[in-house]
Amino acid sequence: MVSLLDIIGPVMVGPSSSHTAGACRLGRIARDLVAGTPEQALIELHGSFARTGEGHGTDKAIVGGLLGFRPDDERLREALGIMEREGLDFRFEKTTLGDEPAVHPNTVRITVTRQHRQHVMVGASLGAGRIRVSEIDGYPVEVDGSHHAIVLVAEDIRGSIARITGLLSEDGVNIATLRLTRKHRGGDAFMVIEVDDPPADAVLAAIRALEWVRWTHRIEKVGG
Amino acid sequence: MYHALEDAIRAAESRGTTLAAVALEIEARDQGRPVAEIREALGRALQVMRGAVERGLVGDLRSNSGLVGGDAAKLRTAAAGPLADTVFREVLMRALAVQEVNAAMGVIVAAPTAGGAGVLPGVLLGLATRHAVDEDRLVDALATAGLIGAVVAQRASLSGAEGGCQAETGAAAGMAAGAATEMLGGTPTQVGHAVALAQQGTLGLVCDPLGGLVELPCVFRNATGAAIALAAIEMALAGITFAIPADEVIDTMGEIGRDMDVRYRETAGGGLAQTPTGRRLAKERLTQIRRG
Repeated sequence: MVSLLDIIGPVMVGPSSSHTAGACRLGRIARDLVAGTPEQALIELHGSFARTGEGHGTDKAIVGGLLGFRPDDERLREALGIMEREGLDFRFEKTTLGDEPAVHPNTVRITVTRQHRQHVMVGASLGAGRIRVSEIDGYPVEVDGSHHAIVLVAEDIRGSIARITGLLSEDGVNIATLRLTRKHRGGDAFMVIEVDDPPADAVLAAIRALEWVRWTHRIEKVGG
Repeated sequence: MYHALEDAIRAAESRGTTLAAVALEIEARDQGRPVAEIREALGRALQVMRGAVERGLVGDLRSNSGLVGGDAAKLRTAAAGPLADTVFREVLMRALAVQEVNAAMGVIVAAPTAGGAGVLPGVLLGLATRHAVDEDRLVDALATAGLIGAVVAQRASLSGAEGGCQAETGAAAGMAAGAATEMLGGTPTQVGHAVALAQQGTLGLVCDPLGGLVELPCVFRNATGAAIALAAIEMALAGITFAIPADEVIDTMGEIGRDMDVRYRETAGGGLAQTPTGRRLAKERLTQIRRG
């Protein structure tokens, strides 16, 4: 559904909605996977991101996103300097992640590490600031940042969805979408639950406390 | 949001209201939010647009690569030129100013995109220097522009990578022409003609930025896009009609975009980007950016 406010917006730091605003949003989602500014990050740029990213400030925008800045934050311009001053070990590489159209030309793979936890995501910037995360830790997902979301990996046991949605509904959280993927039957299940309002810390803690949940994180809405 | 401008025009005409009003009503329904809240968000966008115009007119900004910047201020101060002291000059300098801010990683409203962000504030805020339009009418104009942009997004494209510059500054010219026509008292039907007149003038326009950077010719395409919008507004308000309806002109833009060679869709593989000077400048400037 196209919204007026998507057309008259977003408010952003230039110069490119795909190479700057979208890139920043992808960085923010990677940050959420480790629930804070990563100590280390490997940022692998593919396609147009690799070719023209520097001129568009894509490097600054992704680093800014990892630092928690929004696309309209003027500190994006200074993001590389801030990264150096804070002694963060962020590295950029150019790579090829596949051929078009399977892999979008503005795609990045970001590996983030914080407090001995490491996660990997692959995401693309689709234009006009819109994004799509297609893979988290090797699981195929579809996250566009237009909702608050809870991502979690759980053992594939009976009743797991009912238990989790039960916890959410007890907390008054309304579910917009729920997608479950697993690599094979009986293997770990990866869930992406998009919700209308930001879930409270308590409900995340309750999900995390379930012994068959391996890890769970909240991904904040970044646009839409 | 409406998929056809024609449907929105008919709805507005039959109820004797504006396109802004019908657009806000549908948006409120789609998003489950009150109209007042949407108007507030558009009002905030308007403030950012004003800020970008003011920032750009100072004239001290240079782009990331140093290829562009400082030209809006030349239009502000230059005495010469047949359009000095006209509203036309006010529009042009504002369109340039916003796009110079964008190229320098300043804050803008991507409306519809960052690369075409100068046209709409250039036209609306430029006209507001010589016409008595209050804040509410400017917010209404942004709603009308959003409606037109939404129709283009659904029927064609708003991405230079998909449709060339006709989908960015071209779409922006259509949005600005329609929005300003309504802001200055035009009927919904006249808005439709203004959109068609502006969009037809940008059909086939390629996206060929030097080095793939949103700088050159993008900054100047925003000024020329605003000029095309002004021509369309002037004609539509004079009662001139364009025989092909806006929706069909927009469909044509989409068709041309789909047929456009990939060299002309933001890849810097053709057009001005591949002229001898374009190649040389891109190489020099990209090396400079890498050195920091």
